[in-house]
Amino acid sequence: MTDHSRLTFEGAADLLASGGATSADLVRALFNRIDAVDKTVCAYTWLDREQAVRDAEAADTLRASGGGGRYTGVPIAVKDVLNVKDQPCTCGSRILEGYTAPYDATVIRRLKDAGVVICGRVNMDEFAMGSSNENSAFGPVRNPWQPDHVPGGSSGGSAAAVAADEAIAALGSDTGGSIRQPASFCGCVGLKPSYGRVSRYGLTAYASSLDQIGPITKTVRDAAALLGLIAGHDSADSTSVQAETAGIGDDLGKGIKGMKLGLPREYFIDGMDPDVEARVRDAVEVCRGLGAEIVDVSLPRTKYAVGTYYIIATAEASANLARFDGVRYGARVEGDDPISMYGATRAAGFGSEVKRRIILGTYVLSSGYYDAYYLRAQKVRTLIREDFDHAFQSCDAILTPVAPTAAYRLGENTDDPLKMYLGDIFTVTANLAGICGLSVPCGFTSAHLPVGLQILGPAFRENTILRVGHTYEQATDWHTRRAMP
Amino acid sequence: MDVEYIAHLARIRLTDEEKERFAGQLGQILAYVEELGELDVEGVEPTAHAVPVHNVFREDVARPGLDRDTVLGNAPATRSDQFLVPRIIE
Amino acid sequence: MIASVGLEVHVQLRTNSKMFCGCENRFGHDPNVQVCPVCLGYPGALPVINGKAIELTVKTGLLLGCTINHRSKFDRKNYFYPDQAKNYQVSQYDQPLCSGGHVDIVLDGETKRIGITRIHLEEDVAKNIHFGDASGIDFNRGGTPLMEIVTEPDMSNADEAFAFLSALKQILQYGGVSDCNLEQGNIRCDINASVRPSGSDTLGVKTEIKNMNTFKGVHRALKYEIQRQIRDIEKGREIIQETRRWDDETGVTASMRTKEYAHDYRYFPEPDLLPVELTDAQIEAWKEGLPEMPADRRDRMVRDYGIPEYDAGVLAADRAVADFFEATARACGNGKAASNWVMTDMMRCLSERETDIASIRMAPEQLAALIGLVDKKVINMPAAREVFSILFEQGGDPETIVKDKGLVQVSDEGAIEGMVDQVIGEHAKSVEDYKAGKQAALQFLIGQVMRISKGKANPQVVRELFMRKLG
Repeated sequence: MTDHSRLTFEGAADLLASGGATSADLVRALFNRIDAVDKTVCAYTWLDREQAVRDAEAADTLRASGGGGRYTGVPIAVKDVLNVKDQPCTCGSRILEGYTAPYDATVIRRLKDAGVVICGRVNMDEFAMGSSNENSAFGPVRNPWQPDHVPGGSSGGSAAAVAADEAIAALGSDTGGSIRQPASFCGCVGLKPSYGRVSRYGLTAYASSLDQIGPITKTVRDAAALLGLIAGHDSADSTSVQAETAGIGDDLGKGIKGMKLGLPREYFIDGMDPDVEARVRDAVEVCRGLGAEIVDVSLPRTKYAVGTYYIIATAEASANLARFDGVRYGARVEGDDPISMYGATRAAGFGSEVKRRIILGTYVLSSGYYDAYYLRAQKVRTLIREDFDHAFQSCDAILTPVAPTAAYRLGENTDDPLKMYLGDIFTVTANLAGICGLSVPCGFTSAHLPVGLQILGPAFRENTILRVGHTYEQATDWHTRRAMP
Repeated sequence: MDVEYIAHLARIRLTDEEKERFAGQLGQILAYVEELGELDVEGVEPTAHAVPVHNVFREDVARPGLDRDTVLGNAPATRSDQFLVPRIIE
Repeated sequence: MIASVGLEVHVQLRTNSKMFCGCENRFGHDPNVQVCPVCLGYPGALPVINGKAIELTVKTGLLLGCTINHRSKFDRKNYFYPDQAKNYQVSQYDQPLCSGGHVDIVLDGETKRIGITRIHLEEDVAKNIHFGDASGIDFNRGGTPLMEIVTEPDMSNADEAFAFLSALKQILQYGGVSDCNLEQGNIRCDINASVRPSGSDTLGVKTEIKNMNTFKGVHRALKYEIQRQIRDIEKGREIIQETRRWDDETGVTASMRTKEYAHDYRYFPEPDLLPVELTDAQIEAWKEGLPEMPADRRDRMVRDYGIPEYDAGVLAADRAVADFFEATARACGNGKAASNWVMTDMMRCLSERETDIASIRMAPEQLAALIGLVDKKVINMPAAREVFSILFEQGGDPETIVKDKGLVQVSDEGAIEGMVDQVIGEHAKSVEDYKAGKQAALQFLIGQVMRISKGKANPQVVRELFMRKLG
């Protein structure tokens, strides 16, 4: 009997359609796998096995009666930052202890409407702040390829679960690389949609003008399928855009012959891991071999992106996280008056990285500093967007590394936040510009750690990057390698 | 940066060790972001939103909200159907 | 010394739903039943602007002669307080919906123009309830639309502030912007007051008195605070820029000696909401939908119904009263009578019952029918007053009431003559007095006939008979 946990999202849909397995079979296979490997990986924060099996059986009944759709009964995992009715939503934080979501995020409602089964919640850096998944109140997630290494973050649990075959696919969120970087570190596919493509309603906000929900999957085709299910305008999110969602993934098979792919010189920097650079350059050559024209492009303001990102993201976060105050939900530490109650609750509820970012964000907005930091960062953000507008005039998509290095050892960067932040240099730009980005496995370092190729496309051109990614993926076999036996 | 003052604005009580550690780390980070000062941003419009959309309005229609038991069930402390907090001194 | 007073007036808008979510915007429900993830600041919830609130704020701007800004945006104002679900308030910082404008007030026959600085839109906070040992929060009001009108420091005393608030209230009610129900906290305001020596043109140090919720309170607080500042300056004490609290019972303002935390609101553009861009066509369309304002209506009612300007002014002061009057006048064709009924009997009954015209059962058509019965001399005025009381309490068809109560007026001389003769026979003293020239005695005699006829005799006929018989 084949191991259903190894299925892809599309593969699972095919199997269910053919009657080769039931949804309940798939869910049970995943739980078996979780039992076998999650002690090592630590990807899940919450499971309700009985409910998941009930949901799977309901999907099977629906399917048996001729109802449902293509993905009815396919199970996925969701990052613990998304609200699912009657489930906890910890965001990797102590401060949300005791909170039960009373509503479904729009993406969850859409998945449920499609019959997709939520099989569990996966770990993350607290409030999506981090690049290594070491900032979770539930402890770190480990990289399935080498468990003494980090899985990346903040959607580390999503990526590790998919890489370890503990999930068929997962949803993550990406504010500065939080889908693409862990996907790259774990050898998965990760898609950050264009800002406004997917409703943020029900996604616990980190930085509202940068956050997007997206899939982490085993193949590009799976990413396209999941995006198709969750994308689209939502009247509950004012920033979601009325863009055409029909036909997402339709261009996958068209090949890349004649496409122009840009190579930005600013994304190949001193100090990056030579193995990473070599694998990405190899991938570029594969694309050339597939008929793409490789053109040099320049994104001159790239070096300012990390600074810009950390000012804007932390400023927004300082307000977004103010609501965690122990009054309406979550944990509380008592005090004699509201001020001392807030101070004690937030001191005990937040971890170090969250505190650090809230303080930084509060500072850059505070009286006398707004213009020098926040306003200036918003202006530099405009320049970074203009860089992309300009670059996309001469190419269809841009190829870059996802991160300057592959996964590093647990604890290696925890004492040096700035060093950790600098690792986000290649991913934060897409969030600042609002464009879409895809991470696709492109080989391994000499230390046998996965490397990711980033494909960036103009806003709402997900089809373009999915097409490039799929064509590359089908020409290589990196995506077929499994992290754990 | 006056970490203690900023932490007070953000309503996070810090230990002395945290104050010291954060002051050092945040000092480094701020020194790093100073490089944004190199760019000439004269006349550049700030970007507050990544999408160029405006006028997104809702119809003025009332609809039922959450059930009160659910809402109060999430609260750390309640009394007389209200969220209970330490005495507010005005 | 000259005082300068500016007001920040917070007005709750008359919408069906809250500012950024679909929860009902209504006063008086049980605690925490009009709440949802958005207005409770739940993780992941997002705001969406209520278009009606934008419309009402722009209409207010148009009524106050403001410039409507073509581009406006929302910002987050950051501060922690238990009545704020998100610990930031969505408000408008540097790009409000309306700028400039004015309200004209009339005091002692003189008109004075009070400048409006700006009008912006924000969300209201929740309600705190004090339990003694702790506080409770009810989020029903949290997130309801709140319009803030900021004036220039153009008022120079408590009377002007009172007149301003009254004039503003009238305009807002007229515009259908707000019910302006003070008991429900529909209008609340903060006062800024300073004094300076006559002849000086730099404003003195100002104090702020927050959270006033009655106009009378504003008047009393200002009277006190201006006097206090003058007294302090005359005694050589410095005025400190501070927030003071008005104590309605003791009638004094006192410094709020709470621990002084620096206010640093860290405003920044609300990333969850997109800018508001208004076209001239949209603004024009809203302008055309504005109702007639009180002064215009007064002048028109003088023309249309031939009533005195004073009466028209009183009727026009309240939109609902004016609407009732006009409906009555149109239905009966007797503007003067309609005006008299509404201004006297109606106003008296309303104030006795402490109710408003919207809450009564009587319809304008019913009052019009009553006026018709008087005009056709079917009933006399005393009977009409009796019918009016019944209509006021329970409504109904005046003609039926008249029939049921047997109030039809008797004008037949033959029927009345017997009663007149009877009264002349029984009240010889009064007859003598009248003959000696005492007019009051005639009133007494007529009254006796009315009593015997149970109010049904036509007083005009009675009077004529007496004059004929005793003349």
